[in-house]
Amino acid sequence: MELLVASAIGILTAAGLYLVLRLRTFPVIMGVSLLTYAVNVFLFASGRLTVGAPPILTDATTYTDPLPQALVLTAIVISFGMTAVVVMISLGAFLGGNDDHVDDPKPEADAGDAS
Amino acid sequence: MTHWIILPIVLPAFLAPFIVLAARYHIGIQRVISVTGILALIGIAAGLAWQASDGTVSLYQLGDWAAPFGIVVVADRLSTMMVLLTAVLALFVMLYSIGSKWDDRGRHFHALFQFQLMGIMGAFLTGDLFNLFVFFEVLLIASYGLMIHAGGTVRLRAGVQYVLFNLLGSTLFLFALGSIYAETGTLNMADLAVRVALFDPLQSSGIRVAAVLLLMVFAIKAAIVPLHFWLPSSYAEAPAPVAALFAIMTKVGAYAIIRVYTLIFPPQLEAISGLHGWWLMPTALVSLVVGMVGVLAAKKLDRLVAFSVIGSMGMVMVSISLFTPEGIAAALYYIIHSTFAAAALFLITDLVRAGRANLNLTAQAPIAGGTLTAALFFIAAIAMAGLPPLSGFLGKLLILDAAFESDIMVWVWAAVLGSSLVAVVGFSRAGSTVFWKARSVAPEDGAEIAAPPATLSYVAVGGLIALLAAHTVFAGPATAYTTAIAQDLFAPNAYVTTVLDTPGKLSDYQDDSHDDDAAESDDKVEEDGGH
Repeated sequence: MELLVASAIGILTAAGLYLVLRLRTFPVIMGVSLLTYAVNVFLFASGRLTVGAPPILTDATTYTDPLPQALVLTAIVISFGMTAVVVMISLGAFLGGNDDHVDDPKPEADAGDAS
Repeated sequence: MTHWIILPIVLPAFLAPFIVLAARYHIGIQRVISVTGILALIGIAAGLAWQASDGTVSLYQLGDWAAPFGIVVVADRLSTMMVLLTAVLALFVMLYSIGSKWDDRGRHFHALFQFQLMGIMGAFLTGDLFNLFVFFEVLLIASYGLMIHAGGTVRLRAGVQYVLFNLLGSTLFLFALGSIYAETGTLNMADLAVRVALFDPLQSSGIRVAAVLLLMVFAIKAAIVPLHFWLPSSYAEAPAPVAALFAIMTKVGAYAIIRVYTLIFPPQLEAISGLHGWWLMPTALVSLVVGMVGVLAAKKLDRLVAFSVIGSMGMVMVSISLFTPEGIAAALYYIIHSTFAAAALFLITDLVRAGRANLNLTAQAPIAGGTLTAALFFIAAIAMAGLPPLSGFLGKLLILDAAFESDIMVWVWAAVLGSSLVAVVGFSRAGSTVFWKARSVAPEDGAEIAAPPATLSYVAVGGLIALLAAHTVFAGPATAYTTAIAQDLFAPNAYVTTVLDTPGKLSDYQDDSHDDDAAESDDKVEEDGGH
């Protein structure tokens, strides 16, 4: 169980980082999504892994820590909204400039660029 | 009276949807609501600052749930000072955006502006790390909208970079929060301060990782080298009033570092020894140098100002990473100064744009209203570069003085003084090219003469400059106040006891909360309702 969750987080993070470094909007957005999945699972695991127990206090002795679940819920909502925003903005940039690179364009002669 | 503390967050949160729903197509009404709202915000912030000025820490428990189970909003001297700073800055930025009609070049400027204020105020006031994340997201979502306000391909491209960089930053923030929660079982700042201090230094690898991750997140916000790459493009391409408002956003990162690394991870904590001196200080010095060299190397005026923001953040971080009361006091004085100076410079850049084809640092025909703009640029550049007589000079003097006792005094003095020289050269080169060499270029025949910027624009910029002057004249009281804040930060007992010992619902669980996870289920209910 621990191995499965830990390796899932690791593989998701590695794949996400690889995609983020691709510098084209579609892979980068995919990579960011994978990273947010990884962080959601990570947050979930931060309250310790418990199987088959309710997240409420009952008479039973085992229960799941409910706070990470609330945190994950918030994180999912936020990352979902953020992904929608970034898709819209990058679509706008792509349709306007016909170029989906994320990095700065090559400096042109007339618009000297300091970076 | 305690309910006032939440008002800086609630007021913009109500005004923004009201503007969208009720005044959608009426820019005039939007302006009235927006300015009135900001004026009210200044009043509230001033009241809170006055209330906190004698050192009282006020607490507001949302839904009357006691900390650490419920969410708390805390107003101490540091938070209220930053809230007041934000509100005052917002007024002048708003006046400028009305005067220059930037707010009319796209939809929903005023609503997004209010949401941005809500996020910034919340980040300053919250007493809970997860809520800090939530308010960071609120201010970021609003800033994405403001950043691409008025559209254009170049701006959208810069916007994509800005959004993606910050999304990665948010992911990192969540990783940090997850590790902190896994290690300590709480996210309330005051409670964390108590629990982290109990850690055995030999078994602290988890909390060390969390501390470094959190520092990286705040360093992204504060644009510390090497995490500054998002800043130059996005600040240069953002609409001028938005860039001026963003001047406070880097300070949110600095505020978070001051708050978290004096309260939760103080420098004397053995578990994270070396983080402050060995890592933060060198990166701060490098940021200072990179920023000011960028000022000299920039080929466009907006980039130049953006790099000066990185440089001034480096200056702030140098002073913070001394982690002495003198250092923090100097940093807070410099934060106020650099917020106003950076905002003024971004607005002046927009005034320059009024009569020129582009902002390249080349000789072009004189701009409309050139004399007044040049004078304002001159004053703002003096302030930013840190020449006498303005507050930049005093701030630098305080930082140099604070570093005098430190082991690495040579490095700090060399970086601060050397980078100031570079900044002076960079600013004077830019100013003379843009304003003086313009006299030698004849306007093209038939080129229509652009109208000079509106009076209100000049009023806004002049107001910011006047604030800088006031910050210089009243430097004595200002430093006395920032010294008092710094002393509060190094003796956080008042903060911790106010947060943890104020009675509320569930406060009887507090004593055995270390092993009583049951009580945290109530926290979950609160979190759900709160978000």
